[in-house]
Amino acid sequence: MATLEIRDLHVTVEADNATKEILKGVDLTVKQGETHAIMGPNGSGKSTLAYSLAGHPKYTITSGTVTLDGEDVLEMSVDERARAGLFLAMQYPVEVSGVSVSNFLRTSATAVRGEAPKLRTWVKEVKEAMERLNMDPSFAERNVNEGFSGGEKKRHEILQLELLRPKVAILDETDSGLDVDALRVVSEGVNRVRETGEVGTLLITHYTRILRYIKPDHVHVFAAGRIAESGGPELADKLEAEGYEAYTKGGASA
Amino acid sequence: MAEAQNSPTPNSARAGGPPPVGSTTAGQIAVAAESTVATRMSAPPSFDVADFPVPHGREEEWRFTPLERLRGLHDGTATATGDGVRVDVQAPEGVTVETVGRDDARIGRAGTPVDRVAAQAYSAFEKAGVITVPRETVLTEPVRIAVHGEGGTAFAHQVIELGAFAEAVVVLDHTGDAVLAANVDYVLGDGARLTVVSVQDWDDKAVHVAQHNALVGRDASFKSVVVTFGGDVVRLHPRVTYAGPGGEAELFGLYFTDAGQHQEHRLLVDHNTPHCRSNVVYKGALQGEQAHAVWIGDVLIEARAEGTETYEMNRNLVLTDGARVDSVPNLEIETGEIVGAGHASTTGRFDDEQLFYLMARGIPRHEARRLVVRGFFAELVQQIGVADIEERLIARIEQELEASVA
Repeated sequence: MATLEIRDLHVTVEADNATKEILKGVDLTVKQGETHAIMGPNGSGKSTLAYSLAGHPKYTITSGTVTLDGEDVLEMSVDERARAGLFLAMQYPVEVSGVSVSNFLRTSATAVRGEAPKLRTWVKEVKEAMERLNMDPSFAERNVNEGFSGGEKKRHEILQLELLRPKVAILDETDSGLDVDALRVVSEGVNRVRETGEVGTLLITHYTRILRYIKPDHVHVFAAGRIAESGGPELADKLEAEGYEAYTKGGASA
Repeated sequence: MAEAQNSPTPNSARAGGPPPVGSTTAGQIAVAAESTVATRMSAPPSFDVADFPVPHGREEEWRFTPLERLRGLHDGTATATGDGVRVDVQAPEGVTVETVGRDDARIGRAGTPVDRVAAQAYSAFEKAGVITVPRETVLTEPVRIAVHGEGGTAFAHQVIELGAFAEAVVVLDHTGDAVLAANVDYVLGDGARLTVVSVQDWDDKAVHVAQHNALVGRDASFKSVVVTFGGDVVRLHPRVTYAGPGGEAELFGLYFTDAGQHQEHRLLVDHNTPHCRSNVVYKGALQGEQAHAVWIGDVLIEARAEGTETYEMNRNLVLTDGARVDSVPNLEIETGEIVGAGHASTTGRFDDEQLFYLMARGIPRHEARRLVVRGFFAELVQQIGVADIEERLIARIEQELEASVA
């Protein structure tokens, strides 16, 4: 069973000619089939965790370990991590001019699967996945994220999640900026992937709203660069009622 | 793509308009002073080099060009050597291929030199090539003019003339090493259709400065595809005017500017006749220290050119730090009675965030760059319409990208 293990992870970022520590010792284990929600106030370091795991060059790991099935993730380049089975659905996916969605998806699937998908089954696979996400077929001919609405960008991220079938999916504020309909469509997509039992999900969110659609097994409160409290789904209910105030007192939050 | 757009959407029939002039350095845009097509040249067009002062580099038409690298083409010190260029012409049946003296009446009909180097080329060439496709002759194979540099200096003049309703594709293919100043005339009879693919695939040291003049006949159709890869300095000046109404000009360009290279494309479409169309699309990728691409796109719609429809676009993709783009679209409109006129210039960077996004989907670094660059050029590659040139071009793009990864 695939397992992502994060141990005592410390991460810094360079800002204004100063080095700032954002993650201050994160411990977390995500197993295949599990869904973990990471919740926390703005600036607590949730997104830094997501991007550090994916290998964004902006972040420097100063100590700690991350392994996927025992393999050292931190030693891998960004593309190696993706091919090893890590997937990051981004909060702000970037535009890539001149590259069509269909070309992008196929190139990506070829890289992750290790061989080019057979054209006939691939076309069908993409078409069906797009239909499930209520995406118009013309979408495939547009340039990656170019002129996409917020909802379209998130659907496109989840489309990739469905097609790339990672071992561990990190969803970075996938719910932000979505109206209720789009949130439902996107959540259904995530749930389809979860129901296969083959993916461990790390759901990063500021709001409890998405947890009505995607039920987590574990909820973690993130504050000041580490996990401040962990519990079951009931912890989300508590946050819904009380907010993050209890975790941000004393100005510990960045 | 993190685009810095320095000219908005195509604006319709807006004389003057907002300052569209942009100069970019490593993806940043600075707005430069505006100037007009008519007033900016330092001397009126002339066939005589003596009519042009030696440029010092601050003239509008020379301010982007490294004069010190022109090997004397601009100041009269360059002289023709015997080992300049070798020209081989392959022409299908029905085409007349001639070498003629300076006094041949067919020379210089499509346009007059507008700067000192073009006038120098005109003043110094000894024999001109004339290729004629007779009226109503429709070629099924391209005419191929291979210009191979032999290491010396040359001044050249080439005329390509299509009779009424003739149709032809001409490939002008530059390779090897040379210092070359040239004028090329394209004369299209009424209803003729000419596609010219000019490939600048020079060796690293070559210097190539040329003016291309197209005179588009009534209802004729001219398509120019300029492909620039090699050379130390390449400065091309494709110009179009119309001999009658209903003419159409499509000017496509594609350049890949490497470290240390200067590649400059200056275009002028002079809408001097009613009811003509023009469409200009130039795209360039740049990589490496001191890679410098210059694009000047001038479109002039004269007062009598009612019913004109024109659009011009330049897009640049900066792949690394240290490269510089100067992109200056300029649209001058003297009549409001037109169908449409617009221009755009954008310079985008293939940046770390795009690379991260593609790599986060398992795509290796070099593959990510290929994906972006091939996508960027795809629409123009398709415009060439000559299969072996398209294949060579794609192979060259791959080669350039491989070189940059290494």
